[in-house]
Amino acid sequence: VRRLTLWFVSTLSALVLLFSYHTSTGGSVDTRTAALAPASPGNTSSTSPSSGSSSGSFTGSSVDTRWGPVQVEITVENSRITDVQAVVYPAGNRRDEEINAYALPLLHDEVIQAQSAEVDTISGATVTSDGYLTSLQSAIDAAHLGG
Amino acid sequence: MTMTSATDTAPAATGTVAGSAAVGLPRRSWVEHVMGLPISVHVRGDAATSAGVERAVCTLYESLRQVDERFSPYRPDSEVSAIRRGEPPTSSAELLEIRALCAQARRRTDGAFDAELPGGFDPSGLVKGWAVERATGPLREAAAGSDWLVNAGGDILLHAEPGRSWQVGVEDPGNLSHTLRTFALSHGAIATSGDARRGAHITDPSTGRPAFSGVLSATAIAPTLLWADVYATAAYVRGLASLPWLVRERGVRVLFVRTDGSRVSTLSRPKARS
Repeated sequence: VRRLTLWFVSTLSALVLLFSYHTSTGGSVDTRTAALAPASPGNTSSTSPSSGSSSGSFTGSSVDTRWGPVQVEITVENSRITDVQAVVYPAGNRRDEEINAYALPLLHDEVIQAQSAEVDTISGATVTSDGYLTSLQSAIDAAHLGG
Repeated sequence: MTMTSATDTAPAATGTVAGSAAVGLPRRSWVEHVMGLPISVHVRGDAATSAGVERAVCTLYESLRQVDERFSPYRPDSEVSAIRRGEPPTSSAELLEIRALCAQARRRTDGAFDAELPGGFDPSGLVKGWAVERATGPLREAAAGSDWLVNAGGDILLHAEPGRSWQVGVEDPGNLSHTLRTFALSHGAIATSGDARRGAHITDPSTGRPAFSGVLSATAIAPTLLWADVYATAAYVRGLASLPWLVRERGVRVLFVRTDGSRVSTLSRPKARS
């Protein structure tokens, strides 16, 4: 995977605009995104940066907004954005304790390749009993039903 | 208890475990239908075959059945139905807790989650996660030292011991026999909201009509199932417009699948700042 770093100079509203923009165009977004945010090599990931490609992941710098710092990572395949991730660091100081109580502990989650065949369970739109036998979950349960 | 077995062979469901840490551990699962939903429990590790875990799983299902009887809006003799008929609410501690949590959920989602629907009080979107959290208490103790997960109709509460994780696939709302992404989770909860399986059933509290915000599904990862469920529902109702309040929630991560198939997600885990 090729990576390079884009430095977005934007607010969160611009972030939302980026999403909306993708809706309205549906493709060929990367060049304009690059125009919005000139690319420069970054040091936020261990992969080697490159430039001039139309595929890869692009990570922006952290930008302060009223909700706290925001960072964006996009994945581009064949000049089309296939994934956008907003990496957000809440400010932390003024958060009410109620939220903090639910916020901890942080999850140890890692994104693995999509379409992985190694799956223990499935999260999906609520599966009713009627639809159960056709769901992906049923196959997983079948593999481990014991006793 | 009634066990359900299934023989479906969907392509992405081999049930193997990524990484060597969990391979070879004994594991066992149970499935029972409560609240109209398949509830599956998986235990992996030395406790998988213990009598204590067996009892805890029975207790879990019994606890969920009791919650269904007391708080289902579809049961005329439930406490929630009494409220819907305008009767004085019971003063049960559980009902008070549920109402307080519903109020909190409405605040934290800017009104996108609201149990006070035009059709009457309906806390279902919150009660399931609340009930599963409570019902899992004995299992947490009985399965100490082992991994466990509870999948309630696609919403999952889980725990894995250090060095191990559960591979949780997120259903592709455009192709229900596929997963679009897999998360390796060792603690917390993940819930998905969408209309892929049941048609339009999620109501936008601001309009009273089925929600449509340009997303096919919203998946939330959070420390507790109650909040994962609430945030997934609220994120689905409001779509990307929910980002301003979602990003405030530390430990909460949401993955949207939009109607054009593209994905948008928030990340809660800070990377090293440079």
